[in-house]
Amino acid sequence: MSGEEFVPLSLTPLLIGTFAAIACALPGNFLVLRKQALIGDAISHVVLPGIVVAFLLTGAISTWPMMLGAAGAAIVAVVLIEAIRRLGQIEPGAAMGVVFTTMFAAGVLLLEQTDTSTVHLDVEHALYGNLESLIWLDATGWSSLWDLQALAGLPPELPRIAVTMLGVLLFTWLFWRPLKISTFDEGFARTIGIRTGALGLALVIVAAIAAVAAFDAVGSIIVIAMFICPPAAARMMTNRLETQIAWSVGFAILSAVSGYVLAGYGPLWLGAADAVSAAGMIATMSGVILALTALFGPCRTRVGAHTPA
Amino acid sequence: MLWDALSLQLGYNATLVAIGASLLGVAAGVTGTFLFLRKRALVSDAISHATLPGVCLAFMLLVALGGDGRNLLGLLAGSAASAWVGLLCLNWLTRHTRLAEDAAIGAVLSVFFGFGIVLLTVIQTMGVGRQAGLEGFLLGSTAGMLWADALIIAIGGAATLVLVMILRRPMTLVAFDPEYAAARGLPVHRIDLAMMGLVMAVTVVGLKIVGLILIVALLIIPPVTARFWSERSDRVVLLAGLAGGLAGYIGAALSATAPNLPTGPIIVLVSFAFFVLSLFLAPVRGVLAAVLRHLRFQRRVHIRQGLLALAQGQKIYEPLTLRLLRRADLVRADGVATEAGKARAAKALRDEKRWEVVRADQAHEATAALYDGLRDIETVLTKDQIAEIDHRIGGPQGVPT
Amino acid sequence: MLELAAVQGVSVEDQGIEASPLAVRGLTVSYGQKPAVFSVDMTVQPGAMTAIIGPNGAGKSTLLKAALGIVAPLSGQVTVFGQPLEEQRARIAYVPQRASVDWDFPTRVIDVVLMGLSRQLGLLGRARARHKAAAMDCLNRVGMRDFADRQIGQLSGGQQQRVFLARALAQDADLYLLDEPFAGVDAATEKAIIAVLKSLKEGGKTVVVVHHDLATVSDYFDHVFLINTRKIAEGSVAQAFTAETLQSAYGGRLATAQIDQISRALG
Repeated sequence: MSGEEFVPLSLTPLLIGTFAAIACALPGNFLVLRKQALIGDAISHVVLPGIVVAFLLTGAISTWPMMLGAAGAAIVAVVLIEAIRRLGQIEPGAAMGVVFTTMFAAGVLLLEQTDTSTVHLDVEHALYGNLESLIWLDATGWSSLWDLQALAGLPPELPRIAVTMLGVLLFTWLFWRPLKISTFDEGFARTIGIRTGALGLALVIVAAIAAVAAFDAVGSIIVIAMFICPPAAARMMTNRLETQIAWSVGFAILSAVSGYVLAGYGPLWLGAADAVSAAGMIATMSGVILALTALFGPCRTRVGAHTPA
Repeated sequence: MLWDALSLQLGYNATLVAIGASLLGVAAGVTGTFLFLRKRALVSDAISHATLPGVCLAFMLLVALGGDGRNLLGLLAGSAASAWVGLLCLNWLTRHTRLAEDAAIGAVLSVFFGFGIVLLTVIQTMGVGRQAGLEGFLLGSTAGMLWADALIIAIGGAATLVLVMILRRPMTLVAFDPEYAAARGLPVHRIDLAMMGLVMAVTVVGLKIVGLILIVALLIIPPVTARFWSERSDRVVLLAGLAGGLAGYIGAALSATAPNLPTGPIIVLVSFAFFVLSLFLAPVRGVLAAVLRHLRFQRRVHIRQGLLALAQGQKIYEPLTLRLLRRADLVRADGVATEAGKARAAKALRDEKRWEVVRADQAHEATAALYDGLRDIETVLTKDQIAEIDHRIGGPQGVPT
Repeated sequence: MLELAAVQGVSVEDQGIEASPLAVRGLTVSYGQKPAVFSVDMTVQPGAMTAIIGPNGAGKSTLLKAALGIVAPLSGQVTVFGQPLEEQRARIAYVPQRASVDWDFPTRVIDVVLMGLSRQLGLLGRARARHKAAAMDCLNRVGMRDFADRQIGQLSGGQQQRVFLARALAQDADLYLLDEPFAGVDAATEKAIIAVLKSLKEGGKTVVVVHHDLATVSDYFDHVFLINTRKIAEGSVAQAFTAETLQSAYGGRLATAQIDQISRALG
């Protein structure tokens, strides 16, 4: 394919999908190891009510209020889950189920009550985004990458998700050691002065920010898939956390690229005329990768001595 | 208006929906309880999301065979098949790989749902026009419900309920103590699968009314609500059925009173309202009761500790202890014990000494196990026993000032 | 002091809280509505090896965890080397019970030991060759040098315990707190651990161990702290580890014959 076609139509969605996948997979590693994988699921469900409330408050579809609304909803959800878990002495899974389904229901109800017919705001969009439409019309070819005027026409989702990904990378790099120690052995972490409660909350907030930024571009279904599938697949490949992180990033990129390409060109190869959902295909590919590692990964099963009774 | 709705006088369709939703609520509440007691509540999330590819494939198959893609029975059969596949994947991942159940749930739900969305976009381009209302399965849509649809839901709900009742004993055993159940010769793995099968049945039946995202709420919220009110599993099951049925009935009636009140979300919100009430107000497990209990307990600990310190002439450092002792008129403002304080302190110390005798004596082993530093010795021993112990300790001791 | 003092052996009350590596006053901890530890005072003697003993569920581990701030007490104060805990964290090394850790975690033995150096390394410092050499040295002291590259889940229970001890050694602390280090380990491991602990003591460090095997108390330790929800006794083994205090701590749960045997062993 020539640069004239690739750069305007495919480069930006590919980059956005890849960055979103990495931003979610990084904190996902720790969430999966902490047995909090479904926090990602909860967060991605409550993004909808957050966005609807932001829309009701500002009366317009603009990016920043909506992202703030979504992030706010994510934090409200996390606090509510924790409160219900402690106050009612309910296991975390059930507490999560109570909170995110209720908030999602409230979001759907608010949406139905609001006249959003004039604006593009609907549940389907929230679920699977519109990665395919994030094209760069000002680009004419590879040379546009150095053309300031063309760069100004980049879809704004691209710089947003790029900045988010860098932020997530920075967080992981800065707090690498405390994150690792407190995930492995929380009691020990506290005795050396790590504030494990605050760190755990920070991790969830970072995950929420990644989820919201990614959601803005690619919809919530990829968000859940990327939080869980690449880290889970990576765990089957290695017994070292450093290596696991590297594998998970690799798997995230592979899912994003292969999913996007298959969604765009797969149907053409099969003789159909139209592309299918890129977000859905990326999630599907991450599942294929997980299935392969679960069948053939060198470290796929539990071995050795286990937690004594 | 609301009364009309509650008394089923808002017309044919609304009545149909209300009856269907109540039955669904009861079935979901009862089934969900076993899942909740087994600590696997969110498995339902994976099962419900895994229905989407089946719905789409069934639609494509029906159209390809020249039938009507919207045949509810066909679509439900498809959804059940793919939910079952999702469930098997989930089981395989947790049993044969090192993935924990939460990660396996997340993986199955996101991948199956993602694949379902791919299929939805395929249907969009199949040239059969619209998606034939398949999005309705995401959030439920009761607007154009037919008599036949309602009948399917009612029969499905009732059948699920009957199956739950038949299987309730083994399921309770497995949820409570899987190892004991296995030791008694119960096929734990198969009972687990049967439990999941019932959850799947509820999900499939509920697709049309509340949709696949919100059916999870009906499986989780009523059991959690019911758990606040009883410590007995059979009662929790009944209460959860009641809470679910009421939420379904009231929710469906409410949504019929005005336009733009979608049935599924309203049912979930009514259910949540029950939950919040229970969380705060339930008599033993409720938050209010627990807070009061904890304050009372903390007060007892501090006063007891303060009295023992007084009796032994030690300085009291804790500000809270001092404040509580002062409020009870046991010490004066300068920290010196009052007459009442001295008497109570001497008694506390003497009780402590009596406990020591009890704990050192093998004859009192069962009683000694009750020691927690707070329990009044009079509540566990008879007067004669105490007198006998006092005899061993010797006469009353003075209290240092 | 009244009659309680007679049971408590030597009263160490108010003697050397300033100097004590770990002093606890009026500590009460409760899970739910039953106190696990009730109004306990403890003054650990510097440079000694102290065993915390008592029956199952007597609050031994809870006492240690509350002293370290891992569980929140209902009341009470803790001082470490005469100062608040937070200021003295760097001087404490803690070896938790094996059951408290996720053994499936993707990490190698050497990485676990390097965790002990995290205070030295700070937030961003990366482990260099000298840190790795130090960690290997600690592994060597517990006889686990050859296992440095294994994933921790692949070790036996005793080996896991030794790795934990190596991590504590890497912390180079002045006060070592160990929670049931001998529970469910093989004889070789027990020997290796006790040798390391004795060498720590010879180096002037203070060691506190939650211990369950009464038969080895007088061989391994020089001080004991007996607890059964309340403090029963505290002092040197000769003074506080007697038939009387054991009876008081264990009540009917310890067969009289066993106590006789122990007191005979004690002379």
